[in-house]
Amino acid sequence: MVPVNYYVVLSAILFVIGALGVLSRRNPLIIFMSIELMLNAANLAFVAFASVYETFSGQIFVFFVIAVAAAEVAVGLALIVEIFKTKKNINIDEMNSLKG
Amino acid sequence: MSSELIVFLVLSLVAIATALGMLFSQNAVYSALFLVLNFVTVAIFYLLLGAPFIAMAQITVYAGAIMVLFLFVIMLLGAESLAPTNTLPWQKPLARLLSVILAVEAIYILLTKANSNMMVTSPDASLNTMESLREMAVTLFSSFLLPFEVTSILLLVAMMGAIILTRQEREAK
Repeated sequence: MVPVNYYVVLSAILFVIGALGVLSRRNPLIIFMSIELMLNAANLAFVAFASVYETFSGQIFVFFVIAVAAAEVAVGLALIVEIFKTKKNINIDEMNSLKG
Repeated sequence: MSSELIVFLVLSLVAIATALGMLFSQNAVYSALFLVLNFVTVAIFYLLLGAPFIAMAQITVYAGAIMVLFLFVIMLLGAESLAPTNTLPWQKPLARLLSVILAVEAIYILLTKANSNMMVTSPDASLNTMESLREMAVTLFSSFLLPFEVTSILLLVAMMGAIILTRQEREAK
């Protein structure tokens, strides 16, 4: 028997680590991975509450979040590859114009 | 202290350590591998919470497909480590300060204000049979049919987007 609060606290800690990654790292790939970590932390809270309330809705929502994350990564990585092809550099500090 | 709590604490230590390893690795390949370990740990949490289908989907989709895509792009671009820049020198300390504040207030509210009576019961063997999977599938294809179809359109659009983004560049050459 583990209190559900422990799971939610763990989820909050993982979310904060992801947010710190987005704010402090300069490599767009690591920023992307941090976003995945934050989505994952939210999924953990969803599954924990779904388990407490004995419903499948939370698990199904996690299923959708995983699908959306897969779509997001496919488009995002294609964008990063395109930016690298035009700028020869993917440092996030140098992406300051919309024009390629 | 029950055995379940010990398993939870050890696993959460591993999860937090791998997340921090992802954050502080200088090499992006190491970051990706730490993140794979983190996803596998979270999949074990899902098993503990009685969600075997989500656990397996987590391993195949996240740890399998998405992270392989990440590793592929990191190695394709040669972006293992970027030279540090000092465009915004005040940003990193500010980000750390704000993250610590966010963590402290989130943990404070969750541990003091939230209802602590709700317990996660350990999954019994019946949850791991086909019956629970069938129940979940019935819920997915009855109450959540429209979101399911919308997700399929979203995946199609993302696939087309990725193809078109890389195709235009080839025509321009």
